[in-house]
Amino acid sequence: MTTQPILDVSGLTMDFGGIRALNTLDLDVNNGEIVALIGPNGAGKTTFFNCITGIYTPTAGDIWLTPPGGGKKISLNGLKPNQVTEKGLARTFQNIRLFSKMTVLENVMIGRHCRTKAFIFGAIFRNKATLQEEQGILETSYAILEKVGLANYADEFAENLPYGAQRRLEIARALATEPLLLLLDEPAAGMNPQETIGLEHLIKQISREGQAILLIEHDMKLVMSLSDRIFVMDYGKKIAQGTPLEIRENPAVIKAYLGEEVDA
Amino acid sequence: MGLLKELKKGVLISLWFVFLTFPVMVIKVDPIARTVVWRWANALYMAVGTFFIYFLVQFFLRKKENRKETNDSKEQTLSFIHRILQDRLQRNILIGVVAVVAVFFPQFLSAYQTNVMTTALMYVVLGLGLNIVVGLAGLLDLGFVAFYAVGAYTYALLNLHFGLGFWAVLPIGGLIAATFGILLGFPVLRLRGDYLAIVTLGFGEIIRLILENWGQFSKGPSGISNISRPGFFGIEFSLQSSIIYTYYLMVLLVLVTIFVVNRLQDSRLGRAWIALREDEIACQAMGIDKRKTKLVAFSLGAFWAGIMGVMFAAKTTFVNPASFTFLESAIILSIVVLGGMGSIVGVLFGALILILMPEYLRALSQYRMLAFGAILVCMMVFRPQGLISNIRRTYTFKKKTTSSLCR
Repeated sequence: MTTQPILDVSGLTMDFGGIRALNTLDLDVNNGEIVALIGPNGAGKTTFFNCITGIYTPTAGDIWLTPPGGGKKISLNGLKPNQVTEKGLARTFQNIRLFSKMTVLENVMIGRHCRTKAFIFGAIFRNKATLQEEQGILETSYAILEKVGLANYADEFAENLPYGAQRRLEIARALATEPLLLLLDEPAAGMNPQETIGLEHLIKQISREGQAILLIEHDMKLVMSLSDRIFVMDYGKKIAQGTPLEIRENPAVIKAYLGEEVDA
Repeated sequence: MGLLKELKKGVLISLWFVFLTFPVMVIKVDPIARTVVWRWANALYMAVGTFFIYFLVQFFLRKKENRKETNDSKEQTLSFIHRILQDRLQRNILIGVVAVVAVFFPQFLSAYQTNVMTTALMYVVLGLGLNIVVGLAGLLDLGFVAFYAVGAYTYALLNLHFGLGFWAVLPIGGLIAATFGILLGFPVLRLRGDYLAIVTLGFGEIIRLILENWGQFSKGPSGISNISRPGFFGIEFSLQSSIIYTYYLMVLLVLVTIFVVNRLQDSRLGRAWIALREDEIACQAMGIDKRKTKLVAFSLGAFWAGIMGVMFAAKTTFVNPASFTFLESAIILSIVVLGGMGSIVGVLFGALILILMPEYLRALSQYRMLAFGAILVCMMVFRPQGLISNIRRTYTFKKKTTSSLCR
């Protein structure tokens, strides 16, 4: 690929006191790709997500976001989480963080927040622009719910959804922000095999529509079947990168992570 | 088997309470006669009273558990009010009755009653203002009365020094209070829960202490008197008709507040507040500016308190710092909690109950605080969502049709 990668992270370092959670990490994601980030527990994967989405401020390193089609490079260094989302990086959480007392539809509508702008006066006077915007929010949100297969849950409170559906809703909510790159933090965690298969289909479908995805996952079967490329981390360092096939046979990875179960 | 066990437990508990209250209730030292009076009867009352209260609490808890078991279906049982509000016809009838009562209230009842009702309506607006901060945005504010004081003193001072009238100061008071809301908001942006409550509590006290001690500015504890009552295009009213006029003004303000708060709640901003209440980190990760959203909540809540402050100063024609103690904040917060956080109808009822009851039960005024405490504890145990919990808006969606509002 000769074009600029959408996400370009170089030399990302994060220290918590004396502990170096991320050590000069380089990573890039191209447009339309599914890239997986794997590694044993505590390798720093979620810290990496938190750093690039602005929840943590990294000690060193650069994060660049480039809109596809020759857009200008945007630096994400030092931005707040909401600004990062506005620039086009949306994430899901490892431990589900839905707005549990809001309906499913409203959860997705929250995702539209940063793409809309009605404020106090719009809210009170409900002028034409605001009404149109609200209608737009509703239509887009509903369309996204249909895409992830949750449309018939729309008026249910998010906390009442079954586990797998809650995971899907998190993805729907992130998609509603129109991200350039979707970050999924262990989307299959705690899912049963059936739900995982459903999730795999969903991710493939989203990817087919041209959405670039960076995903953290422990389920190797899922990672191997989905990813175009895989980055492997251990102790805050990148120990390998490549296609699933290369990673499968990489001795460093086998040693650090996959162990004996590589051909299981 | 279970009953005997319960009885035994009840007896033990009442004995324990007798023991605990023994020094206070039973022993009485008479320092003049140098004797000790043993009031054994009190111990008996204590024991019997505790025993019965214990069983009463047990009974209600049991009932609540049973109810939980019987309807674990998805449909929550709707309260009486909810059922009325959901039916269009019944809702219109209810609104009609309330409107008629509101319009003819001063005609049939004395000026005293009208005055009491005006006060209750003021607390409705205060409750709705605090409801934005506490109920929607989930920011526990214990210093809400500070903004009320700011509004009241804005009118008092502007009226005293510049002779400005009620209508001119009404928006100014609101805006100045809103500015104070932002001033308070900035330092507490990073705080949540208990810490936020403590800081806001401090803020409320600071404002009151400034008003009390900065004599040159606020005339100190003696307050400012002779504030003009609300006028109507320069017409001066007699005291009697002024009370009635103030009442209608208050009804109007309540209607405006309900309209505005309802619209805010069902907007992009309202959703952002609720999301903020539910999960701050997820909220930010979804692109909501936490700072802006919190500051807007604080300032809009304060705005209503400021307006009510102006109203208060105009109604009583006198302000002093003693009207703005922590107790006021606590009452307004109780209104929101009792009525139901985030629920407009709930706040309406909460304010009417909490303000009117003490007025009509003056004989028991000594026990007011006791009753307040007891009511709040009971609410937390039996009905934490408030008297009338909020129903969230549901959006009915059909392709290319506008959403309709079902409440």
